[in-house]
Amino acid sequence: MQTQTLTIALSKGRIFQDTLPLLEQAGIVPLDDPVASRKLILDTNLAHVKVVVIRAADVPTYVQYGAADLGVAGKDVLMEGGSSELYEPLDLNIARCRLMVAAPKQPRPIHGRLRIATKYVNIARDYYATKGEQVEIIKLYGAMELAPLVGLADRIVDLVETGNTLKANGLEPTETIAHISSRLVVNKAAMKMKHEPIKRLIAQLRDAVSAAKAA
Amino acid sequence: MSEFNRWLLPEGIDELLPPQAERLETLRRNLLDLYYRWGYDLVVPPLVEYLESLLTGTGHELDLQTFKITDQLSGRLMGVRADMTPQAARIEAHRLNRAEPTRLCYLGSVLHTHIDGFAASRSPKQVGAELFGHAGVESDLEILQLVVQTLETAGIADYHLDLGHVGLFGALTEQAGLSDEQEAHLFDALQRKASAEIDTLLSEFALDSQYRRWLAGLAELNGGVEVLDDARRLLDGAGERVMSAIERVEQLANAISAYRAGLKVYFDLAELRGYHYHTGVVFAAFVPGHGQEVIRGGRYDDIGAVFGRSRPAVGFSGDLRILMALGDTPPTEDRGIFAPADADEQLNTLIANLRDQGERVIRELPGQSGEAREMRCNRRLMRRGGGWEIVPI
Repeated sequence: MQTQTLTIALSKGRIFQDTLPLLEQAGIVPLDDPVASRKLILDTNLAHVKVVVIRAADVPTYVQYGAADLGVAGKDVLMEGGSSELYEPLDLNIARCRLMVAAPKQPRPIHGRLRIATKYVNIARDYYATKGEQVEIIKLYGAMELAPLVGLADRIVDLVETGNTLKANGLEPTETIAHISSRLVVNKAAMKMKHEPIKRLIAQLRDAVSAAKAA
Repeated sequence: MSEFNRWLLPEGIDELLPPQAERLETLRRNLLDLYYRWGYDLVVPPLVEYLESLLTGTGHELDLQTFKITDQLSGRLMGVRADMTPQAARIEAHRLNRAEPTRLCYLGSVLHTHIDGFAASRSPKQVGAELFGHAGVESDLEILQLVVQTLETAGIADYHLDLGHVGLFGALTEQAGLSDEQEAHLFDALQRKASAEIDTLLSEFALDSQYRRWLAGLAELNGGVEVLDDARRLLDGAGERVMSAIERVEQLANAISAYRAGLKVYFDLAELRGYHYHTGVVFAAFVPGHGQEVIRGGRYDDIGAVFGRSRPAVGFSGDLRILMALGDTPPTEDRGIFAPADADEQLNTLIANLRDQGERVIRELPGQSGEAREMRCNRRLMRRGGGWEIVPI
């Protein structure tokens, strides 16, 4: 039988850098560096495996529609998208951080509904709904920390790694919504039609993850 | 709306032009002929129904997919059908009410509120067949054979079948004594095969280690035929319901592989699509290059109960447009005869005769632009001697 091709979707930056060692242990090494070469489709040492480099928030879309067979996506992106049309068979234990609520150290008095600035609109709404609080969500695309400082919002919901950016802007984390790490996601049809190479890759990556944990 | 986008169609709503519309119609006829030959009677369910009958017993998902309108005559809510399967079940249970096995097929447009799926359509043309009144593996097999026939009639040569059984999950969660809420959380995680979440959930549930191992193992029970033996080994001692579900999948897989040699069958014992109304085997067909299933179906023995008559049932459905797009139903060739506009009694009779014989004859209109070729004809009628003759172009 002809070797089945596999396309893996990765996002630039931290996820790409952290996934490379795992892929290498599974015997897959991209031949180009996406930053230096500016290529969006990277060949690997294996002729039938390609890597596409896209924006983090687009990884679930590419994989769900089968444009890529597998991908690596942050749990935050998966939770926000809320799709059950993907398989998430493996926690890669990389790009770890926490999704948190942060508030100003010197809170202003709050009148009426709490205003929450976030890029994670769905997660924030669900979180506060579970707590039984009706809040107003303000969608922002970046620099959440600014919103409470200029009176745009009372709280923010964002990823927190070290907490340094929060501290520098007079905020402190107050509640943890979820622990985040990157997941291997697999297209449902590919999992069925290409199950041999994909199950092998999952098993190899699982070994690589446990080896990294033990180290 | 500006003057420039008046031609825009709503999102996810598409239309077909020649020759695609002809291809679709050819495939439609071929499929209905196929189902007729297998003994399936055509039903034409209504486009709109009262919401209660459309949605009873089908779950929340279909509710969200259904467009609702108010019936100004009765003040009741009506829904535009989003799935014809429950309609077929209602017809079977309430209108036909036969004692013998009933075989029904249907084909029609459905409307969805959300775009789901690869085809990005909100108005699929649903085609399907259902077999009521038999609970054995023989009826599962007949429906699965018809799935194979449907794909092949559409001219799809390369396809994979995916077999599963919702009974494993159902039996295990019930025996483990999970609450509805716990089951819903686990179902959600299992549908995504999210092993990390499954482990977290199972440890929260405080189950005994046996059930934890069994439920966690479900997510891994997918792959080739070896999965069935893996399942027997893993779930040894899980009880009669689980074992007979595995047995059923194996019987069906063997039978369908014997029916079509070289068939690519994949097993996924944690595939729970439609878990809330399916009760037994579930299956789907996949085609390489298409990221989602092309045909899906399964056994749903209880669906008629809400209409007063619970009968075993198994069936499948798919989208005719996707079947056409992936298949190789050929467009009809340019096989027309171009007839001149001359007023001539002999010519009129000849044209009538040709049309009776099934020929496509296009009459030229006086002063029109375009010749036989442009009118998609490969022959023309020409005056020769005293009569008329068909001349190839």
